[in-house]
Parts: sequence; C-alpha cells; structure tokens
Amino acid sequence: MSALLSGAIAFALGCYAVASVLVVIRLIRGPRAQDRVFALDLLYFHAMLVMLVLGIRHRSDTYFEAALLIALFSFVSSSAMAKFILRGEVIE
Amino acid sequence: MNQLPLWVEAAVAALLVLSGLFVVISAFGFLRLPDFFLRMHPPALAYTFGSWCVTLASILYFSMIESQLVLHPWLIIITLSITVPVTTLLLARVALFRRRAAGAADTPPPLTLRRDS
Repeated sequence: MSALLSGAIAFALGCYAVASVLVVIRLIRGPRAQDRVFALDLLYFHAMLVMLVLGIRHRSDTYFEAALLIALFSFVSSSAMAKFILRGEVIE
Repeated sequence: MNQLPLWVEAAVAALLVLSGLFVVISAFGFLRLPDFFLRMHPPALAYTFGSWCVTLASILYFSMIESQLVLHPWLIIITLSITVPVTTLLLARVALFRRRAAGAADTPPPLTLRRDS
C-alpha cells in the first residue's frame, strides 16, 4: 500500500473521529430527546463508515458485512426509539 | 501482492478524503445549528455524499485488486437510501409532535381534517 493511500485512509479515519466527537457533544448537550436519538443514529453511521474504510485498509471483505449489519441495526434502533418517543410504546 | 496503478490509488485517496471532509462538515453543522429542524439538514450531506464516496472508493479498490467487477458495496448505498429517509421522517414527526404538545407559538397545525368540526 502506497503512502498516498495510507495517508488518505488515516485522514478519513481522523475525520470520522473528529466528527464522532462533535456528535457526542451534541448527544450530551442535546436539549430534547430527538436530538439524542439523531446523534446516536449519526454515531452508528460513522461506525459504518469506519468499517468500510478499514475494509479498504486491510483488503478484507469481512468488514463490508459488518458495515451492512451496523447500517441495519442503526435503522432498527433509531426507528424503535423514535416510535417510542412518539407513542410511548414500540409495538402497538 | 500486486501493485495498483497510480491513478487508481489517487482516485481512491481523493474519494476517501472527500468523504472525510463531508462527514466533518455535516457533524459540525449538526453541532452548531440552533434548532432541531435546522439540525436535520447537515447529516443529509454525510448520508448521501459521505457514504457514496466511501462506497465508490471501495468498489473501485476491490475491483482493481480482484481484477473483476465487485459491486456488492453498492448494497450499502441501497440500504442507506431505503432506511435513512424512514428514520429522518420519523424523527421529524417526533419533533413536530412534541413541539405541538408543548404548545410552541409558531407551530403549524395538523393537516388532517377533523370530522367533528
């Protein structure tokens, strides 16, 4: 792996780390519950992007399946929490 | 281990850097904007361009490594384009519902027609 590509991978991972820190600040500060749910959804999304970039870094296909699973879990958990805030129960 | 041509590495690196920039900009907007409805807009940048750039980089990289077309990272784009609007719409409805319940002054009324009025 050339220095160009590994540098770009390090830059992207650093960007995701900085973005996750910003989102965690919003998660802690968030005035209402929906801010916190949205911040958690964004954290899932950043974890998924990290998995994809690590798949490029290690030349492995296994990370892709982890990324897909994280995307699905993010949808399930966020929609369940949004439904809970909206109605007070998840399944009516 | 085969050596990739330079333009492939440059393209993959550019896509990764672009995705990192998009994600940081969206997270910064998500932190800085004052209202929840305004705050919902910057993550769309990350959800579309951020994930597309990483996925296209992954497709290009694995296609060049394995010397055949590898399209399965496209599933990430398809999954996100189905699930993210549902989550976002649910959260927008949550915010509108709670704002209406709290009795904020400039909240639009519900659009459904009442039968009893």
